[in-house]
Amino acid sequence: MEFSPDLRTQHLLHLADNALILGQRLSEWCGHGPVLEQDIAIINTALDQIGQARMLYQHAGKGMNPALDEDQLAFFRTENQFLNFTMLELPNGDWAQTLVRQFFFDTYNYLQYERLTESSDPALRAIAGKALKEIGYHAQFSAEWVIRMGDGTEESHKRAQDAVDRLWPYTGEFFESDGFSAEAAVRRAAPLPSDLQPHWEEKVDAVLVEAGLKKPVLQWFQTGGRKGQHTEHMGYILAELQFLPRLHPEAQW
Amino acid sequence: MEAHNDNWKIWEVFIRSKNGLSHKHVGSLHAPDAEMAIKNARDVYTRRSEGISIWVVPSESITSSAPDEKDELFAPADDKVYRHPTFYDIPDEVGHI
Repeated sequence: MEFSPDLRTQHLLHLADNALILGQRLSEWCGHGPVLEQDIAIINTALDQIGQARMLYQHAGKGMNPALDEDQLAFFRTENQFLNFTMLELPNGDWAQTLVRQFFFDTYNYLQYERLTESSDPALRAIAGKALKEIGYHAQFSAEWVIRMGDGTEESHKRAQDAVDRLWPYTGEFFESDGFSAEAAVRRAAPLPSDLQPHWEEKVDAVLVEAGLKKPVLQWFQTGGRKGQHTEHMGYILAELQFLPRLHPEAQW
Repeated sequence: MEAHNDNWKIWEVFIRSKNGLSHKHVGSLHAPDAEMAIKNARDVYTRRSEGISIWVVPSESITSSAPDEKDELFAPADDKVYRHPTFYDIPDEVGHI
């Protein structure tokens, strides 16, 4: 698909792609959660993310010329046209890796959506109003889990610390600037990502301390998701997500 | 699944619906502590807007009547129909109360 969206559309796709790719990843836990209650909880989160992705794709697609629908945007773009954070495409790993990733991202996402409820874009403002309640719950849930695993058994602590160490390099992407987020900030449609960093660090530090987990000291961070450059895992997610509509484009529920 | 459940207690869940006056027992679940029990109850039992308030109680805190005392506890009430208001004839003049 030939595809050269303007900056405004790129910004909405970035938000939508984050939600879709994380939702798709989390949905792999369906039927595999450590206990029934957590299986249901994490799938609720997956469904919330996919619901947010749908609203954002619909909004993004309407503003395009020619207009595209949510399915075209989700199923018929290629890997380098997806603008999600690379952290969200990583395999789920164990429960600690899934929940630490969730905690890092939820905390960022909550701060971001809080500001999106004041967006100059009325449709985005409305979507954010609905999503913020969902994300607020996700952020509480994942923070509770990080604290319980970090402050739990020797095994859970070790796994949680491993997850923090492994995922920390991917958090730098949250706060990078690029063409579309700078443009969105100028329009007052969205906050500048770097403005969220001090608040994010404050919250993350507090939870890590309570969990007894060490914050890694790092000079190097992963980059690329905002530009459509992804890890080797991204192609596999898209293959699973997209193969059916690509094989049967006219398929209906 | 069970292997991870060793130190997870069972909790009884009570939900009050939007129009309900009292919390009703809806089921039980596993959780490591009260805070997570509330969150699990939210995810397991209120996905379809069933409630606006949740109580959780450790199942072990509930003292239950013994099934083999059923006769002593409950049977004596069975033949005392006069304990129901419908047992009494109400004169027509009283009308609806």
